[in-house]
Amino acid sequence: MRDIRHFFLGCIMAALALVFAASSLPPNMANAQEAGSVATETEIDRSATGGATTLEDIMRRQQGLEVDNTFRSENIGDPAVAAGMSDQLGTLGGASDPDLWRGMRFNAADVTTQVRGPASDVLIQDGGMWWLLFREGPLLTYGGYLLLGTLAFLALFFLIRGRVRIDGEKTGQRIERFKNFERFGHWLLAGSFILLGITGLVSLMGRKFLIPAFGHESYAWLATASKWVHNNVSWAFMLALVMIFAMWVIHNLPDKTDLKWLAKGGGLFGGGHPPAKKFNAGQKMIFWSVIVLGVSISVSGLSLLFPFELPMFAKTFAILNNTAVPEMLGFGILPETMTPHEEMQYAQLWHAMVSFALMAIILAHIYIGSVGMEGAYDAMGSGMVEEQWAKEHHSLWVEEVKQREGKAPGGATPAE
Amino acid sequence: MKAMLLGFVAIAVIAVGADYTLDQMGWSAAEQGASPSNVRLGY
Repeated sequence: MRDIRHFFLGCIMAALALVFAASSLPPNMANAQEAGSVATETEIDRSATGGATTLEDIMRRQQGLEVDNTFRSENIGDPAVAAGMSDQLGTLGGASDPDLWRGMRFNAADVTTQVRGPASDVLIQDGGMWWLLFREGPLLTYGGYLLLGTLAFLALFFLIRGRVRIDGEKTGQRIERFKNFERFGHWLLAGSFILLGITGLVSLMGRKFLIPAFGHESYAWLATASKWVHNNVSWAFMLALVMIFAMWVIHNLPDKTDLKWLAKGGGLFGGGHPPAKKFNAGQKMIFWSVIVLGVSISVSGLSLLFPFELPMFAKTFAILNNTAVPEMLGFGILPETMTPHEEMQYAQLWHAMVSFALMAIILAHIYIGSVGMEGAYDAMGSGMVEEQWAKEHHSLWVEEVKQREGKAPGGATPAE
Repeated sequence: MKAMLLGFVAIAVIAVGADYTLDQMGWSAAEQGASPSNVRLGY
């Protein structure tokens, strides 16, 4: 649990570093690939077993406690001190078969291969077990709870608050809220994000939920299709993210109207409609969440899309270490050297965690843009919104539009 | 509605285009761990 707590805290810290943010584990955990073990608090006397597994090791493993594996990871043979292979009890090259297998398990064996891909000489990555356990354990569980909890909260909110109706009388007049290319960019982003979200969840949770329900054969087909969609639709998401940023950043810069809007809770509670420009403070928060988290997901996604080519976590940790923040928070010095697989594992965890956060935010966005508020969907549907809706939710923007059109605010008949 | 459908069509076009382009550029993920001269055992 302590490691998981460290991991999450590390993630929060890394989020401060925005795009290249990363998560953390205690250095001894992250360096497990090299060390091959997590040191236990007390040294175990192995003299009785000649340095091999003891009863205490077995008991600790059965109790789910950490086992000091250094007696294995450091016992990989040493040609310098071994008896010659032609001597009595001599071993081939100074390393017995068990020595060699231990070397492979802890990635210390001298492996050569004609496969020229990156990290192809890593046959067994024992240091990745924490990642595997975390991925199919807390990541899947808490990520799932987050999404289900968000849906439950929105359902409850709908039951309590109901649909936000247009308070005033509808005018029948419609004004253009979003142009065609704006809506195109929005739906490019929205459609790709939903596809990426679903296929990402299939990849993460399929083994646990879909295989038991539909069997391996069906899931194999689904997993292959999901992977193809996830890998290739990602480009549409990244393109749309750039589009959205370029189109709307100017309207999403914070200003003092946001403070008033936030002070009134956006008008959700206590009635009334705080004035807002084209985007209110709530929408601005959605916008910046999409941009910041979306870019972070894209960067970690690119790292996963091109395996071993774009390692970034060791660098991120080095930057964080330079700020001394990890040490101040008691994490010690984060690992600045990682094996290629560890880089990928951090990227996968970060990619999934930030995605879960963005999915939860987007569920709320989808709710308020559809069933949660009368008239809101039109903004992205036809692009034309009811004037009364616009006056209630974006009064300052309506005034701007009217001024641009050379009409009096509110569309009132000019005084004679 | 038209913009939405256009957006969805664009997603499909970009996805197929990305797959084709990356394949052409030799960036197929399947090839990353392969070698033209690797040895295959079995079969």
